[in-house]
Amino acid sequence: MNDMTPIETTLKDWETDQEVRWCPGCGDYAILKAVQRTMPQLGADPANTVFVSGIGCSSRFPYYMETYGFHTIHGRAPTVATGVKLANPELDVWLVTGDGDGLSIGGNHMLHLLRRNLDCQVLLFNNEIYGLTKGQYSPTSRPGTRSPSTPFGSVDRPVNPCSFALGSGARFVARGIDVNKKLTDAFKAAYAHKGTAFVEIFQNCIVYNEDVFSDFTDKKTSADTQLWVEHGEPLLFAGGTKGIAMDPELFGARVVDVVDGDWEAAGVLRHDQTNRALANMLVEMPFGEYPMALGVIYDDPRPTFDGAVVEQNAAASEGKSDDLQALIEHGQTWTVEG
Amino acid sequence: MASAAETIKHQAPEDAASVVVRFAGDSGDGMQLTGGQFTLSTALAGNDLATFPDFPAEIRAPQGTLFGVSAFQIHFGSHAIRTAGDAPDVLVAMNPAALKTNVGDLREGGLIIADSGAFSARNLSKAGYDENPLEDGSLAKWQLLSLDMSEMTLESVKPFGLGNKEALRSKNMWTLGLALWMFDRDRQPIVDWLHAKFAKKPEIAEANIAALNAGHAYGETAELGYAFQPRHVEAAPAEPGLYRTVTGAEAISLGLLAGAKLAGLPMFFGGYPITPASAILHHLSRLKQFGVTTFQAEDEIAAIGAAIGASYAGSLGVTSSSGPGIALKGEALGLAIMTELPLVVVNSQRGGPSTGLPTKTEQSDLYQAVYGRNGDAPMPVIAVRSPSDAFECAIEAVRIATRFMTPVMLLTDGYIANAAEPWKMPDVSSFEPFPVSYYDQAPQEGEQFNPYARDEKLARPWVKPGTPGLMHRIGGIEKGSDSGNIDYSPSNHQEMTDLRAQKIMNVADDIPEQDVALGEAGETLAVVGWGSTYGPIQQAVARARAKGLSVAQIHLRNIWPMPRNLGELLKSYDKILVPEMNKGQLKTVLRDLYLVDAQPLNKVSGQPFRIAEIEAAIEEQLDG
Repeated sequence: MNDMTPIETTLKDWETDQEVRWCPGCGDYAILKAVQRTMPQLGADPANTVFVSGIGCSSRFPYYMETYGFHTIHGRAPTVATGVKLANPELDVWLVTGDGDGLSIGGNHMLHLLRRNLDCQVLLFNNEIYGLTKGQYSPTSRPGTRSPSTPFGSVDRPVNPCSFALGSGARFVARGIDVNKKLTDAFKAAYAHKGTAFVEIFQNCIVYNEDVFSDFTDKKTSADTQLWVEHGEPLLFAGGTKGIAMDPELFGARVVDVVDGDWEAAGVLRHDQTNRALANMLVEMPFGEYPMALGVIYDDPRPTFDGAVVEQNAAASEGKSDDLQALIEHGQTWTVEG
Repeated sequence: MASAAETIKHQAPEDAASVVVRFAGDSGDGMQLTGGQFTLSTALAGNDLATFPDFPAEIRAPQGTLFGVSAFQIHFGSHAIRTAGDAPDVLVAMNPAALKTNVGDLREGGLIIADSGAFSARNLSKAGYDENPLEDGSLAKWQLLSLDMSEMTLESVKPFGLGNKEALRSKNMWTLGLALWMFDRDRQPIVDWLHAKFAKKPEIAEANIAALNAGHAYGETAELGYAFQPRHVEAAPAEPGLYRTVTGAEAISLGLLAGAKLAGLPMFFGGYPITPASAILHHLSRLKQFGVTTFQAEDEIAAIGAAIGASYAGSLGVTSSSGPGIALKGEALGLAIMTELPLVVVNSQRGGPSTGLPTKTEQSDLYQAVYGRNGDAPMPVIAVRSPSDAFECAIEAVRIATRFMTPVMLLTDGYIANAAEPWKMPDVSSFEPFPVSYYDQAPQEGEQFNPYARDEKLARPWVKPGTPGLMHRIGGIEKGSDSGNIDYSPSNHQEMTDLRAQKIMNVADDIPEQDVALGEAGETLAVVGWGSTYGPIQQAVARARAKGLSVAQIHLRNIWPMPRNLGELLKSYDKILVPEMNKGQLKTVLRDLYLVDAQPLNKVSGQPFRIAEIEAAIEEQLDG
């Protein structure tokens, strides 16, 4: 985000006249609305906002945002976003990508974007499948995923997007669900964070991978399967009857029962969004045995890459002449007389 | 020492007013440094010159081996010098491996100066010599000056108390001192340079100066015989003005800065380390005060991706690489072509394919530059012919990129990048500025901004994000010519493909007509070249013309599109010869475009053409 004067806009101001071309019922619609709903609340300026995307279903996103938009090539959105932000650090840069675009073909760029800490928001739509190319398994697909390219089930292990992000040095990691209202809170926190803010959004691909997340997105059971974390609050779920404690023998999380709401007695931890070890523990919890951790899991800013570049450019230029003719004539020269 | 005074009379250099010297030694012997400083002293003496650094790809190749030999050739004289010279007149060989790999190039009767101290049994065996060539008479067709330079260096630096290894490092300065004596050069600039270089280690500076002086004194005092008298090469007549030496990599960096200044743009340079292109990244990284942001990306794709993003945001995006890196950038080049953003892409060509010959020169990326992308993806291509020409070419690349909203490929090569030549420094204020204006007129109520609207040259408007009222989306997917919205319709793709091609062809109206570098239109033979073959072709054509042959030189800067008049010009000759350091790429393009019978002369040995090779091909063409 940038320290600009807030602009007054409405949701309509962020919509383009383009017909949205995702499959009817696609989770992308909900994410688009959530972003368009969030923007006025941020006081963001459409003219000062750039959405950069790669290739895939999610990467059509910029066409539907009444902002500046750049639909680039497969996996390379982080590179283009880096150039945009370095050339004009005043711009609000959002990056929209998917599990294939951001973690397979573009995995290298994602790693370097995160470690450099370019000031931007990364929205990674994870649907555990390649949608646009018609349903091949992706790097986040679970082992055994049957797809046109893995008719007997996939045999390779998936990458966990948030673990990848933390491992790459991310200073902000959040998780949300396409149709869940709390997604806008994650966007707001991501925007407020100076540096690369990584948001993994569980997105339901109704054509090629329908209900792949229903184990924890199903509203009927969500109280027991979702752990919404909030800074300073105890890590409770299942209506406050269960919580996450530290198991010193495991060096990891353990689900504990909370009796009569006495979470402290049960050893339940308070969420500290600046605690990197805790963040790692929360994103690594295998679902099933543990609930799915959601919300702002980690938020601990560090100086940004673009800030450092601007600073060094200024410091290295300090007191130096920008006389190009003098530069050309620098060094040992000689004159040929006429 | 073989007495070869007889031979030299009969084998005098073809051109007594110019001399070719090659310094060859182990990678660790500091030959590039010696060559660089000898070049400086040559330039300061007012000679015209051309150099050819030739070094192994390995950083520290095993000592004494044949593949670890590093060489630096300089050709200087009292008249215009166009090449680094065919055959050296003088070879300085610091060890047996250097002698073995280089002596074959030495002209008959030429002078070998060898460090006998390095001709140990071990070094001889590493170089594959059974006998010591300095002693077995096998070098009889050359003059041999065999000196224990190692010992004399150690002796000269003794007062400084250096270890043996450290002391021997000054051997190159001893050699340089002797070379300065041989060509009657002033030592002072080298002394000044050593003081500056070792400002923090004054004892090292003093040791090197002592070695330099000792080498010089040796020349003066030792009675080397008549063949080894110092030679004074008169200053070359040159256009009056202020000069310095420049390498291609420096000149491209300065030209890019000048181009950005003339366009009124900040520059963003995205690069990834690759030989021989990295020098440009290094140069620009130090020049932030000129409004340059440099970015060492995680890979070649990220380097161009960031440059494209920067161009989109309103900077002059530049990226630079060598063939393998340009291959990786191919898809992104298509994106820049499709989104019609200005971008300069510098390709410092090297021997290919794949990793090929990283430190050797070749000009085999012409097809890649002109054709090497998916889809019909045309972009202008400009080729640099010499280090000093690189400055103007870089400016021209920026001008075309910004005027036509297109990526431009600037081809240079490993030879130009590393070679130095005297450069009459240009006056930046003499170049016509070409200021860029961003489009900022928000549409009226009810109207819509079309990012693919076009001006009379078919360039689209450049709108910087941040401009109110002009929010729009671009991307690699086909866009409607009238709206900028996604449009897959058959007629639109046909129209947009035609427009993109025509826009690039329009560049031909914006560049000078092709001239004839030497000779006239309508002669019997045209020798057509591009890039760094300029020098040898010019010399070969000049020699052929001096013999009365009807031959002209045409050298292309604009490879795509080609100048409007080129077809007509080529057809005015009976024959066309195209010397290239590839398997015939320009030849094929010329045949395709103009249906002319262009004949190839190809060399892909990693070494520049020799004048004699081209001269022979000219004579063969004209004999037939």
